[in-house]
Parts: sequence; C-alpha cells; structure tokens
Amino acid sequence: MTSLAELTSNPDELIRQDRVRTPLYTDPAIFEAEMTKIFHNTWVWVAHVSEIPNNGDFKMAQVGLDPVIVVRDRKGEVHVHLNRCRHRAATLCEVRKGKTSSFVCPYHGWGYSLDGKLRGVPYENGYNEEQIDRSKLSLKSLRVEEYNGLLFATFRDDIEPLADFLGPAKKWIDLFMKQGGGYPVKTLGEHKFRFPGNWKIQLENTTDAYHFPLVHKSFLTAVDKETEQQLDMLNNGGFVEDLGNGHSVMVMIPELIDLDDNLEAPIPEKFADLAKELAAEGYSDTEVRRIVRAVGGSGFNINLFPNLACSMAFFRVLQPVSVNETEIRHIAIGMDGGPAAANRARIRLHEFFQGPMGFGSPDDAEVWDRVQHGAKGGEDMWIMLHRGLNKEESLPDGRHRSDVSAETGMRAAYDQWKRMMAV
Amino acid sequence: MNMTMTIPTTTASTITLAEAMEFVWTEADLLDHAVYDEWLSLWTADARYIVPIEPGVTDFGNAVNYAYDDHEMRKKRVERLLSGQSVSASPVARTVRSLSRFRMLKTSETACELRCAQIITEFRRGRERTYTGDVVFELVRSESGLKIRRKVIWLINSTEALGGIGYIL
Ligand code: FES
Ligand SMILES: [Fe+2]
Repeated sequence: MTSLAELTSNPDELIRQDRVRTPLYTDPAIFEAEMTKIFHNTWVWVAHVSEIPNNGDFKMAQVGLDPVIVVRDRKGEVHVHLNRCRHRAATLCEVRKGKTSSFVCPYHGWGYSLDGKLRGVPYENGYNEEQIDRSKLSLKSLRVEEYNGLLFATFRDDIEPLADFLGPAKKWIDLFMKQGGGYPVKTLGEHKFRFPGNWKIQLENTTDAYHFPLVHKSFLTAVDKETEQQLDMLNNGGFVEDLGNGHSVMVMIPELIDLDDNLEAPIPEKFADLAKELAAEGYSDTEVRRIVRAVGGSGFNINLFPNLACSMAFFRVLQPVSVNETEIRHIAIGMDGGPAAANRARIRLHEFFQGPMGFGSPDDAEVWDRVQHGAKGGEDMWIMLHRGLNKEESLPDGRHRSDVSAETGMRAAYDQWKRMMAV
Repeated sequence: MNMTMTIPTTTASTITLAEAMEFVWTEADLLDHAVYDEWLSLWTADARYIVPIEPGVTDFGNAVNYAYDDHEMRKKRVERLLSGQSVSASPVARTVRSLSRFRMLKTSETACELRCAQIITEFRRGRERTYTGDVVFELVRSESGLKIRRKVIWLINSTEALGGIGYIL
C-alpha cells in the first residue's frame, strides 16, 4: 500500500503522537496531498501590512504552490488574487513588489482593476455579450483577514475566522509586536535562501532549542559574553507550549517575554553606544530604554502552522517548493518612524545570524540538508519526536507544555498535520 | 641619460588598470587558497565588505544586506571558517573564482574605482554551485601598496533565494 493511502486507512502506521515515519519527508504523493489538504484548507500567511502600506501597493506571494498577488486597492482594502489571468492562465504580475493602478495580462491584454474585476478586453467584438460576462470573469480572490498587522489568506470561505484559528497564539503575537518599541512594526527587507529538504524539517526547527548550542556554536563564539549567556537557552528556565491548531511558542529567554517589563534593568553592554546615541538625539530615558529593549528582540519563537514564525526579531516564512526543496525567507522588522540608529542596529543583528551568509542560517541549512539526505535511507524507520514527553504538563483544550528543549511544539504541529491529512 | 632615475620615488602616479587588476587577482587567490591573515591585511581600517540584496541600493548601512562587514566582522567571518565549529564550513567549500571584464571607472594617484565580473564555482559534499556578479572595488594607495576601502559584490540573482554560502564570496 502506498504511504498516502495508508494515511487515511491506517494513519498510526505513519504518524503517532511521538514519532512520524520517513515518507513524510520523502514521498512526493504526500507532498502533493499537503499542498491541497493543508495549504488549500487553512489560513496561510501572505504579508505584513507594512509591505503594502499605500493604495496600489502590491507584492507577489504564494499560498502553497499557488501564485498570488497581495494588493491594496484604491479604497485601501487588501485583496489576495490568484496570479492567473481568467483567459488562458498567464500570470498577471512577475514583479516581486511595487505599485500599480491595474493588472494587465501580457498575453492578450485583458485588464483587471485592483479589486480583481475584469475591466478591459481588447477587440471585444470577437465575443458576444454572454461570452464575456464580466461578473463571471473576475480574478479568483481568496478570503483575507488580518491580525495585528499579519495578513493571512485562505481558499476556504467556510473555515473559522482567523482570530479563532490563532486562538491562544494571539496573546503571543501581541507580545511579539512590542518590539516596535512604541512604534508600529515595519518590515525592513529580507533574506531568502533554499535548502534541499522537506518543509516540515524547517517547521520543526522553529521550536527546536535542542539544536542551538551545537549547531550555532560558531555564532555563540562570535557574540559577546552577555549575549552568549542570554542564549544559553537550555539552562535559562524556558519552555515550549502547544497553542492549539498546530501553533506553539518556545520561550528561550523568559525575561524577554514582555518587553515592557523591568525596563529599569541595566542596558546590555552591546547596546551602550546605541543608548548614548539615542539620548543625544533627545529621546527620554524611558524611550531610550524601550527602544533599546526592542532592538534586542523578543525572547521567544511563535510557530504558526503552516507557514509563518514570529521568531525572536524577525518573521520566518516557509515556502514549500517540492518534496525535497524548501525556500525560507527571513524578514527583518523594525520600528516604523523610529530612530534610524535603532533600525540600523536591528538590521546589523539580522545580518549577523540570518540569511545565506549569516553566522547562523547556513549551519541550520546544512543540518536540514543532512536530515533529508539521511532520510533517503530507512523508509520504514521513524523520526523521533518524543523529547520532553515525560515532563509534559496538560493544559486546557488538550494542549501541553514542557521544558524548552522538549519536542512539544513539533508534536503540536504534527498533530494538526494529522488532523488535516488523515481525512 | 636615464630619465626615470630622476623621478623622486615619493611621487605616485595614477593607479593603472594593470596595477589594480594584479591587486584584486591576488585578493581572489588569497580567498580561494584560504590565506585569510594576508587577506585581512589587504583592507583599510574603515573598509567595508558588502554583499547587497536590492539592486541599485546606495545607502548600504540602512539596508538589509547579505553581508556588511567592517574589520571586526571580517575577522569573525574568518575565525568562523577556521574554527571547525560551523557544520556548514566543516570542511569549507572549495572555490575557484575568476575575475574578468575589468574596467577602471575612476582613477587618480591616491584612489580608484574598478569594476569587474566575478564568477565563483563552489564545490562541497558532491554539489557544485555558481555565483555570478559584478564586483566594484574602491582601492586606495597606501605606503604598503594598494588597499581595499570598499568591495561591493552585486550578485545577479541577489533577490532570488540563494543556497547557504559558508565561505567568503
Ligand atoms: S492569457 Fe491573459 S489575456 Fe490571454
Ligand atoms: Fe537554528
């Protein structure tokens, strides 16, 4: 029996509470099923509001493998359209981001307004009125909802509202957005890289504190002592909590959960110069403390199933490409209207760890690549996800919490995966 | 009478294309052969090594780059490659870079701006990859020869997803 067939008839053979079988990383049929059963049936993150701040702004994105355009129309409303002409399917847009007043297909020139309505059809007299009924030829649009600046889209009109889908994750998103330091959060640019491995390997990694001291040893060596201690996350009393619907949070630095807490604490040495610079620019002591705190980022990662993480100080977006290829984007964020020096400091921290030339990401990419390579052997063997199960506490709604290095977040994600796939 | 004998050695002449090419070829060779100490000494104290993302960006300091290294960061990058602590750099990828299509954009006795094409082939763990780009060097003349004040590597695919680059481009 194929793995995919087994998934519906006998799911325990492929996925259990504490382990999953190798074909979840390697079987193209499972990958294909994921792209519809998961990515066509849930809320998928497509943009942050600051990426399309003005009317007419757009960006390209994907929902699973489907290319979409995220656009703010003339009235300021956000739409997510399939990037596909209603005539013979050509993409309407191949520009990553920009500003426009309409989308015109390059093939035969059908033109669409930003809200997706078909406006212009060249040589229209080649059709009769019924053949070119504009009300039936709008772009295919997805349902869009926003939570605290995060824009999600879904192909489904009948699933729960976004706020219900996020559930207990909302509180953590609100805490994460405090790194605006009193300003709105704004995206500053992004690093994009690929690794030859399945997307769930990266999904797991966002709540994997266990790998940090080993894989990121060279990064820990490169940072100052104070930062190194702060990132000694296996010894700092952190935890992982299942937030329902496949979401989870991993707290690595408990004193940086609420960035407004304990602002009178001494300013870390590495930010001393920045604090001086801000004070010299006329920011009050409280503002300086809040901004400097924000520059350092939050002490936790939120993993939102299936494709977004709010990870310490950036957004991690996961884009499956094929069963053994995944694209990762690390979007830097900063303070919209905040001091340039503070945003520069954030950008430098981002460059330090993230991206294809960072001191962290290439090592992550290397071990994920190794997972996929190793998974070529032992098709019937298990991927073990049982770490921290013995210490796990039970929370309301069947959720769990365990210590920071527990694989609780991964179990939460696979639990949701199973709910969506084994049907 | 030999005229050149009468020219005082302190008078510098305009930096020539040949001189600049020889220098950046040496830099390339040091990187490909992992002679990092010498590579680190090729830079002025305030020099930047930059790999931008957005084509055409000019204000690198306020933009997200792949790399925006001052001396301290270049040193850390080298230490990381040599430390054996980084799994993506153990072993460091083997690279061969070829610099060509040189053009002197500006030159004087003290400084010049040189643009060239660079194609790097990397090989590691059975995989070969290529990164192609323009490189713009700002070189200055110092007592100990030419030095790099700025090196900007404009990858032609900088806005696309790259693979992990566990070496110095
Ligand atoms: S495919 Fe778009 S107009 Fe023909
Ligand atoms: Fe990591």
